[in-house]
Amino acid sequence: MAPTDQNSITPAIDVRDLHKYFGENEVLTGINCHVDDGEVVCVIGPSGSGKSTLLRCVNLLEQPTSGQIFVEGDEITDPDVDVDAIRSRIGMVFQQFNLFPHLTVMRNLTIAQQRVKGRGKDESVEIARKNLEKVGLAEREDAYPAHLSGGQQQRIAIARALSMDPDMMLFDEPTSALDPELVGDVLGVMKDLANEGMTMMVVTHEMGFAREVGDSLVFMDGGVIVERGNPREVLQNPQEERTQLFLSKVL
Amino acid sequence: MPMSPRKRARVSRGIQYALLAGIAITLAFLADWGLLKTQFLNPEVLPKLFPELITIALKNTILYTTGAFTFGLVLGLILALMRLSPVGPYRWIATAVIEFFRGVPALIVFIAFQFGLPIAFGVLLPGGTLGTVTIALGLVGAAYMAETLRAGIQAVPKGQMEAARSLGMSQGRAMISIVIPQAFRIVLPPLTNELILLTKDSSLVYILGLSGATLELTAFGREGLNQYVNLTPLFAAALAYLMITIPLSIVVRRMEAHAERAR
Repeated sequence: MAPTDQNSITPAIDVRDLHKYFGENEVLTGINCHVDDGEVVCVIGPSGSGKSTLLRCVNLLEQPTSGQIFVEGDEITDPDVDVDAIRSRIGMVFQQFNLFPHLTVMRNLTIAQQRVKGRGKDESVEIARKNLEKVGLAEREDAYPAHLSGGQQQRIAIARALSMDPDMMLFDEPTSALDPELVGDVLGVMKDLANEGMTMMVVTHEMGFAREVGDSLVFMDGGVIVERGNPREVLQNPQEERTQLFLSKVL
Repeated sequence: MPMSPRKRARVSRGIQYALLAGIAITLAFLADWGLLKTQFLNPEVLPKLFPELITIALKNTILYTTGAFTFGLVLGLILALMRLSPVGPYRWIATAVIEFFRGVPALIVFIAFQFGLPIAFGVLLPGGTLGTVTIALGLVGAAYMAETLRAGIQAVPKGQMEAARSLGMSQGRAMISIVIPQAFRIVLPPLTNELILLTKDSSLVYILGLSGATLELTAFGREGLNQYVNLTPLFAAALAYLMITIPLSIVVRRMEAHAERAR
């Protein structure tokens, strides 16, 4: 089933009436949300608002209870879908980096290329080097993750996701686990990505990044999208009371 | 005048050394060194133990242990994965197998396979002594290792599986390439313990009735004891066990240090 938008352009991500329960607890109560091709959507909101759950539903790390999610027109909530094939088109960056600690940086970047994409050694290494250069860590390919700072690990994690040539990237609070002085490097890499036209959905607490890089800002609270709009406008002049309350606390 | 804590500690340490030296000297004088030597390291008996001590007994102990450990490790991993399966019956079967073979003496398992199977079904396990040891001792080892491996797999952070899946790896591929290698690293020390226990438990094969080429260290030592009426063969067999277990400990300590560096 194809999405039935009026405009002819298929959105990169299209979420329709998404509900998610954890046991009795309804975490997402009917989310409708789309991300256009090349768009950078930042999602903000208090903890427990469901923003990470929404992001994790988009690559099925969480199974939606009901509703539909389309990725480039393909319904990923279809029970017969090839989850692994969909996931390899979506890059994911985690709060805790989740690099593979038993593998070198280079192997972290090549293992999925070889095992999932079936690329040869030379090709995967070449692609890995290109992406390591992009995140400014070309010289660390032989290091193990434990020998890198948090900021470096997160940049490696971004390079790892990029090495799969994803059509879009999901970021789940990518700087929340970092020391303040390391946040800038990671945000810089993300900004470069956005400027290259990468489609991005970013759950974040970095209002500066949302304002500067985001095309669109989504404010979530209590499992619903309360407000969505141009980041500058939403941050400067929020229309909803809940948004005003949240922003007054964090800004 | 009260002593300072540091001085008191020094005096205390001096007394402990003196005590130790006293005991050592007393033992050295009291011990019948001649008797000890003829009983434990008899120069007449010792050369006669070679090369069979190495070429048969040590070789068989290593062979039996390797067989049981390999089979136990593979079966243990399967049982561990079954224990973690979302399919109920797999979990129940694995739990039953683990509880049974962990709770029953290894000797009973040996007797059951060697003498029980022929009586009940008229069949014998294939592969002779080695086959029986591999399966009987392997089952017992698998029961222990399954729980160790399950704990190791569960100790790998959930984010590792998620990161692997988000890169498009299947559940099985992520298990094999990402989770299980990390789990093995976590359980290396208890797994070594298991290997050392199996090395020693391989002596239980004596119940199968060994002779000639199937003798392992303990049976070899015991046979020598009877033959020479002297402790030397048994003592030599005991030392041979240490030749297996001590290098094993050293290798694993190296591997742990290496893994620690990559952490």
